[in-house]
Amino acid sequence: MSKTRYSGFKVLKEALTGHKGWKPTWRDAEPKAGGYDVVIVGGGGHGLATAFYLAKNHGITNVAVVEKGWIGGGNVGRNTTIIRSNYLLPGNEPFYEFSMKLWENLEQDLNYNAMVSQRGIMNLIHSDAQRDAFIRRGNGMLFADAGCEFIEAKEVKERYPFLDMDNPRFPIKAALAQPRGGTVRHDAVAWGYARGASDLGVDIIQNCEVTGFNIENGKCLGVQTTKGEIKAGRVGVCVAGSSGRVMAKAGIKLPIESHVLQAFVTEGLKPVMDNVITFGAGHFYCSQSDKGGLVFGGDIDGYNTYAQRGNLPVVEDVCSGGMAIMPMIGRARLLRMWGGVMDMSMDGSPFIDSTEIDELFFNGGWCYGGFKATPASGYCYAHLLATNSPHEVATAYKLDRFRRGAMIDEKGVGAQPNLH
Amino acid sequence: MIINHPLLGPRDSEEFVYLGAADLINRPNNWEQDASAEDFYQYQYIRENIAGDHRELWYHEQGDQSWLVVTRNTLSHEIINVELAQDVSRGIGRGK
Ligand SMILES: Cc1cc2nc3c(=O)[nH]c(=O)nc-3n(C[C@H](O)[C@H](O)[C@H](O)COP(=O)(O)OP(=O)(O)OC[C@H]3O[C@@H](n4cnc5c(N)ncnc54)[C@H](O)[C@@H]3O)c2cc1C
Repeated sequence: MSKTRYSGFKVLKEALTGHKGWKPTWRDAEPKAGGYDVVIVGGGGHGLATAFYLAKNHGITNVAVVEKGWIGGGNVGRNTTIIRSNYLLPGNEPFYEFSMKLWENLEQDLNYNAMVSQRGIMNLIHSDAQRDAFIRRGNGMLFADAGCEFIEAKEVKERYPFLDMDNPRFPIKAALAQPRGGTVRHDAVAWGYARGASDLGVDIIQNCEVTGFNIENGKCLGVQTTKGEIKAGRVGVCVAGSSGRVMAKAGIKLPIESHVLQAFVTEGLKPVMDNVITFGAGHFYCSQSDKGGLVFGGDIDGYNTYAQRGNLPVVEDVCSGGMAIMPMIGRARLLRMWGGVMDMSMDGSPFIDSTEIDELFFNGGWCYGGFKATPASGYCYAHLLATNSPHEVATAYKLDRFRRGAMIDEKGVGAQPNLH
Repeated sequence: MIINHPLLGPRDSEEFVYLGAADLINRPNNWEQDASAEDFYQYQYIRENIAGDHRELWYHEQGDQSWLVVTRNTLSHEIINVELAQDVSRGIGRGK
């Protein structure tokens, strides 16, 4: 269907002809009786990106993305839209930098405006120990070509006079910045990948929940859904917060707990913040959307849950984090808040791997940092699904890494499901 | 969420610290044996991650410092049952 190329010229032409020429962005499909080479379970950012790269990079176009609700209704449409590649460990940093490079060309690749904005991200530093840790992290970033800048307190203050530099508990001493970090319009990422995949022949099947897997002699032959059985040569599960529930249907237990993370947006304000600012010590992060709202978030609620809503104690906690570092935020009224269910892995790092069942693959454990990973996750998962071997930047994301003692523990704090 | 503490009555969940599934009570006892590596791996890292009624450990840090086993629905947040972890432990032959 669509295959319309979007351009400035097209916008002008449509403006002059009453906007009658726009077509649906992607094709809404029903399951094909003959089945598919690959069925992707979950139409979030990662699932749609996987389908797109399967078709584009590997020529595998007999693919369905099966989504229980509507595409973009999960975490891809609920996150605080921050992208960055400021990780430390060798298992992670090349992957996230690969993702950043894909973001940098995403809109050209997809011919879709995803509002990728490399406005920069700034992590505040409050103590000598934190300064040392951030310098180490900065060196890790330089090794991976991700780029970073160390910013002294004086410049932080000049750029953002509203920050409380002399907070008695968390005085701001400096910041580590990644100028290439920033934000992306999250819904547009889902729609852009959906359009790209659909144009290449992928079926996007909405309102179709996967309720079970057809497994015979240790091999997955397809999925059972609310729209009937769908045969598949290979199945790639990619359901983020629902990972535990869905993999349980294949009898697989994961090193993952599901938790809720809340996000908040204020009424629209005049431009005050041209950067993403993170206050890691108090667990608060904030940016300003193009509509002017301050978009911010903090910590997970902290108990297992599959409910896409949080509780009030964390609302207070996040807002007091904001008040501690940028008291001006107290003058803004909250417009909306919402929650998303996250697949919290035991070391804060993800999985892109095969499983003990043949032809059944798993992508998950993204915690609350998986939005920035969307392009690379799709790229690497497609690589794995097409070639049966991990992509070179995703070799560490194995499900058995805990059994082997090879966890990717960015924080160095051991097994706990509240890292990211 | 309000947790109905067996000794102290209804308390705000904010007074508590959450640990995780109540299975964590069942730490493997076989640490001297080679087989324990696998048992400890399962114990430490693998989770049932139930969607539905979930038995879990809450610590009353801001209160009487007792550990509770709370049965809570992870889809609705409804709390169905609250027991002292000490009683649960003894019931399965652990602890004194
Ligand atoms: C409040 C919040 C803030 C966040 N902020 C950031 C951030 O600033 N930066 C960042 O990098 N990351 C952030 N994240 C994390 C990021 O959003 C997620 O890690 C990422 O979106 C997960 O991948 P996804 O897009 O594929 O997930 P989703 O969009 O959740 O996709 C999974 C899909 O699977 C579907 N599904 C589930 N079960 C089934 C089934 N049985 N059958 C069929 N379909 C099914 C769901 O309906 C859903 O659409 C945040 C998350 C939240 C909730």
